[in-house]
Amino acid sequence: MTQIKSLADLKALKTNIQEKMDTRAKGNKDGLVQVKVAMATCGIAAGAKQVFDYFLTESEKRGIDIVLTQTGCMGYCHAEPTIEVTVPGKDPIVFGYVDVKKADEIIEKYIKNGELVEGIIPVNYETVQKN
Amino acid sequence: MAKYKMHLLVCGGTGCSASASAQIVSNLNEELSKQGLNNDVQVILTGCFGFCEKGPIVKVMPDNTFYTEVKPEDAATIVAEHVIKGRKVTRLLYTDPENKERISDSKHMGFYKKQLRIALRNCGFIDPENIDEYVSNEGYAAIAKVLTEMTAEQVIDEVKRSGLRGRGGGGFPTGLKWEIASKNHADQKYVVCNADEGDPGAFMDRSILEGDPHSVIEAMTINGFAIGATKGLIYIRAEYPLAIHRLQVAIGQAREYGLLGKDIFGSGFDFDIELRYGAGAFVCGEETALIHSMEGLRGEPTFKPPFPAQSGYMQKPTNVNNVETYANIPIIILKGADWFSKIGTEKSKGTKVFALAGQINNVGLIEVPMGITLREVIYEIGGGIKNGRAFKAVQTGGPSGGCLTEKHLDTPIDYDNLIAAGSMMGSGGMVVMDDTSCMVSIAKFYLEFTVEESCGKCTPCRIGNKRLSEILDKITKGNGTMADLEALRNLAAVIKDTALCGLGQTSPNPVLSTLDNFGNEYLEHVRDKKCSAGVCKSLMKYVIDAEHCVGCTACARNCPVNAISGEKKMPHVINTELCIKCGACIERCKFNAISIK
Amino acid sequence: MEFVNIKIDDKPVQAQKGQMILKAARAVGIEIPTLCYYELNGQQLENRPGGCRVCVVEVAGRKNLAPACATEVMEGMEIKTHSLRVVNARRTVVELLLSDHPASCLICSKSGKCELQTLAQKLGIRDIPFKGEQSMYKKDDSPAIIREMNKCIMCRRCETVCNKLQTVGALSAVNRGFMAVVATAFEQDLAHSTCTMCGQCVQACPVGALSEVNQTRQVIQAISNPAKTVVVQTAPAVRVALGEEFGLEPGTIVTGQMAAALRRIGFDYVFDTDFAADLTIMEEGTELLERISKVMAGDKSVRLPILTSCCPGWVNFFETNYTDMLDVPSTAKSPQQMFGAIAKSYWAEKIGVKREDMVVVSVMPCVAKKFECQRDEFKENGNPDVDYSITTRELAELIKQFNIDFNSLAEEDFDNPLGASTGAAVIFGATGGVIEAATRTAYEVFTGKTLDKVDFTALRGLEGVRSATVDFNGTPIHIGIAHGLGNARRLLDMVRNGEANFHAIEVMACPGGCVGGAGQPFHHGDFSKVEKRFEAIYREDAGKPIRKSHENPYIKQLYDEFLGKPCGEKSHHLLHTHYFDKSKQIEVEG
Repeated sequence: MTQIKSLADLKALKTNIQEKMDTRAKGNKDGLVQVKVAMATCGIAAGAKQVFDYFLTESEKRGIDIVLTQTGCMGYCHAEPTIEVTVPGKDPIVFGYVDVKKADEIIEKYIKNGELVEGIIPVNYETVQKN
Repeated sequence: MAKYKMHLLVCGGTGCSASASAQIVSNLNEELSKQGLNNDVQVILTGCFGFCEKGPIVKVMPDNTFYTEVKPEDAATIVAEHVIKGRKVTRLLYTDPENKERISDSKHMGFYKKQLRIALRNCGFIDPENIDEYVSNEGYAAIAKVLTEMTAEQVIDEVKRSGLRGRGGGGFPTGLKWEIASKNHADQKYVVCNADEGDPGAFMDRSILEGDPHSVIEAMTINGFAIGATKGLIYIRAEYPLAIHRLQVAIGQAREYGLLGKDIFGSGFDFDIELRYGAGAFVCGEETALIHSMEGLRGEPTFKPPFPAQSGYMQKPTNVNNVETYANIPIIILKGADWFSKIGTEKSKGTKVFALAGQINNVGLIEVPMGITLREVIYEIGGGIKNGRAFKAVQTGGPSGGCLTEKHLDTPIDYDNLIAAGSMMGSGGMVVMDDTSCMVSIAKFYLEFTVEESCGKCTPCRIGNKRLSEILDKITKGNGTMADLEALRNLAAVIKDTALCGLGQTSPNPVLSTLDNFGNEYLEHVRDKKCSAGVCKSLMKYVIDAEHCVGCTACARNCPVNAISGEKKMPHVINTELCIKCGACIERCKFNAISIK
Repeated sequence: MEFVNIKIDDKPVQAQKGQMILKAARAVGIEIPTLCYYELNGQQLENRPGGCRVCVVEVAGRKNLAPACATEVMEGMEIKTHSLRVVNARRTVVELLLSDHPASCLICSKSGKCELQTLAQKLGIRDIPFKGEQSMYKKDDSPAIIREMNKCIMCRRCETVCNKLQTVGALSAVNRGFMAVVATAFEQDLAHSTCTMCGQCVQACPVGALSEVNQTRQVIQAISNPAKTVVVQTAPAVRVALGEEFGLEPGTIVTGQMAAALRRIGFDYVFDTDFAADLTIMEEGTELLERISKVMAGDKSVRLPILTSCCPGWVNFFETNYTDMLDVPSTAKSPQQMFGAIAKSYWAEKIGVKREDMVVVSVMPCVAKKFECQRDEFKENGNPDVDYSITTRELAELIKQFNIDFNSLAEEDFDNPLGASTGAAVIFGATGGVIEAATRTAYEVFTGKTLDKVDFTALRGLEGVRSATVDFNGTPIHIGIAHGLGNARRLLDMVRNGEANFHAIEVMACPGGCVGGAGQPFHHGDFSKVEKRFEAIYREDAGKPIRKSHENPYIKQLYDEFLGKPCGEKSHHLLHTHYFDKSKQIEVEG
């Protein structure tokens, strides 16, 4: 890994990463589906790790290209494990109470077909714009 | 397979369900199938939108139309107008309470500004174990700015002007703290991150460290530059293994990028961070106790002054800030003090993260601007009280806080208002209680926690809190006297007045606030030997209603202590002297003839 | 010195800048009570945990009451030390302490001298409004010190004394909240800890949680047994402190009254440990000179410095902490033990009493002496050379029990021969005294010249670590002195690391030497009392006709009649000992 020794270095790194991410997300025509699994202690305790692994193996098995990431707490303690699915061109959707069965439903119905499934957690906050 | 063009999201939260959201779903589906649209439009029941006050809610996607106070009979209109003709049903749109305008797009609703994520800005968005994701979200841009464009004085000035106050509970102005530490000269200074989160049910700091560890690392580095410290320490409890792991990964990555270590950004400034593990003592969240614990000494507070800024870790000037405080720093540097100070109230700027818990529908981690009311938090974010029960109290500030009541619901939340109300901000625990909570028992619960967690150094906290909890125990057992109530108040006041550290000085708050706000409940326990919430077992009496009892003998047969007697087919009687209040009789009675009084 | 203007109880006061309110108030005669604050002036010891909260005062403009012991005076500060709010809070705090304190004042060793009891009386507490659980701990009986932690008020004085002053590290606070208590490592008995039995914790304890093993009952029983011949010896430091128990000024010399009182109590022979101190000088001085000569002659089998070994707390300390240096201390027994060995051999033979029928009681300023006399090395067939060692305080209790009007007693002399002593023996009671006494004798033996000026003032003083060089007629002899075990550690570490070269070192475990011993009347942190005893020791020395140990005629007689020569075969058997590695004995039981 190269060291960041100046502001220019940091900016270059940032541009580089953002480009890579864009390519990942918009690489093919339809773009890639992004799946974020909330994996703070509470999420993991509720089974987020299994859900994460399920997405990892199943997406490969079923031949769906997804960008899978772990994140920290999304704040919906009452509905752990929670995941956020972003289908290109649509707003991100947060699903709560996701177990392996629900994950299967999300892949089959929402990711493949755009059909919503039960367990949507409406997002009710605003995040500060960072720049 | 269907590819839906439109989704109708119907709120399935408890509040809305009570107002027939299921009926709305079925009516919508009926209307859609009548129109042959059920392959194009999907109706789905969702979790709580949190906006129960204006429920039931129907949200239309993809255009984000937000309908409030929808009735089942509105289904036809929504389908006919919005789904088919693409015209929004104006009368169902949310009206902005300020300018009375109807708002069609939920993204522009003030409601969504109820929660503003600043400290939690990256939590749940980025991969905490990947520094690149942090960097691509403006990460380390603040320290870059600080080291390449700013002087230490400018940094301190920015933090001072932002109005940021310590988020660990005390609410001391962060910039001022930095300034004091910067003015004390020494060959070595330290920056310490207090991650010894100990309030029962609180997990704000853990969530930040697990979700966004780099923001804390970046902030500590900024802090180090501002006060002239080259060493940072994070005091984290050992029972946070994931947070520790993510911090270790993050520190490793930051070092690899040269964002920690020697000559950061070529500025000549050196800074590095080490972790120190705490064994989980609540009192070690108090900064002097925390420092002693890090030094390998017994984790107990010492009297201030000297403040850590004068003589802290290893007797060197030390600045201690909490995790959430740090998480605010980079964004303040990036967006400026003016931006930050516009959020919040006059004396409490920015936002506060709360761990919302208790008898509330949307238990969760929330971040709200200072000045929001308790009512907004409980009813509009928290989704109201579980099972439609009545709100009774909200406890803020952890074990050192107080229980606030109905009359405080419209108080804007900030440091000073909460203290004035007899509670405190604390680190951000917020426990909502309904009418099944006995306030004497609640006070006892918190006191028992303080008794366990007191370091035992000073008399009022070591013995005083023990005695407080014993008196409370006596009252809940039905043995309290009016003199006990007097003693409770006097003792609580003396503890507050004489205890050595913040823990002891605030530990009587649960007692004092419940005495003030729920005095009748104490009286009821003492004078009438009654607990209306039905929590204090000793005060309960099991009674058989002769009118409903048919004399089936089921209760008598199942009573483990033979406390129930009566002739067959004749009303039975419970001998309260013998009754152990196990509840077996109530369970067996098919005629609802047994009740607790 | 800079001053600030403050007001205490409406009285304008000029207080020293940097001073705490407690001291500023004391300086103008306003006493603010405290239970945890403790200091030894001039000995760099201060216990200021701010924990008891008894000294809280009202400071104008402050939200909470402030602890006077830990709140610095500031210009313009207005302080109320006894306002209604303060008195109510203070009283409640003391009531809380009492609510977790056994009401066993009737038989408590501290009764009448207990700071908590005194304060409760002053505050007029007649009942304890708080009833609840009381702390229960196992009583810890060690050979010298008893710990009854049920009585502990968590003032932490013992902990500070044990760790900071003595660096022994046997005591520290454990557990949390109501369960918090001062304990040894793994809550073992004191006997299985690193404790040296120095007893400074007992001296500091404001209540009866720490006390010495009381043996007055056994002493009375021995005296009342007609078959026993009971011999008593009194240590040098006792005579300058005992008077305090009878209302006399600290430093009043009561040697004659003490001897008279001991006779009234019924001891058969009233002797003096000072005699044995002279004997110690003969043995230890000879050993020192032998060692110096050997080292000077290039003998690698011995090394310097020689360390004094009179102090049992110090012996326990080096047996635990300096096990690599066990060959360094003098093998000479302490005066208490030399006395016992001679009394039960030479004297018993002389008066025709069987060893088993003689009981030797020592009166010591010391708690560790109780442990010392029980060591196996100091017994013959299970019979100890010294049977009972009681403290100055216990002797005072005995005198009071026998209704002796101590202050009006006519002075009496000790019995001979074991009661005769020199000025050199008296100064054993003060830090630097043993080495000065040794110097007086060693000088004459080494140089063959008569010493005209016996006052080696360079060796005197109350500084924790001192050093001086004495000219032995052209040969410089380097001497080191430490009192307080923390100071001893500093000095010994320097020796161990080769940073200091001494021929001889004197160590006393207690601050000030034996005058500040743990068995002396409680000074409650007023170290000026110890200083006055210290001065009295040198007055007593100056008033003695003979001031060199080797000139004590009865010592000469003892060697002529019985021992032969110093460090000879008989001496070796009766007057010398050996040391053990105790570090291995400190272990967790079970």
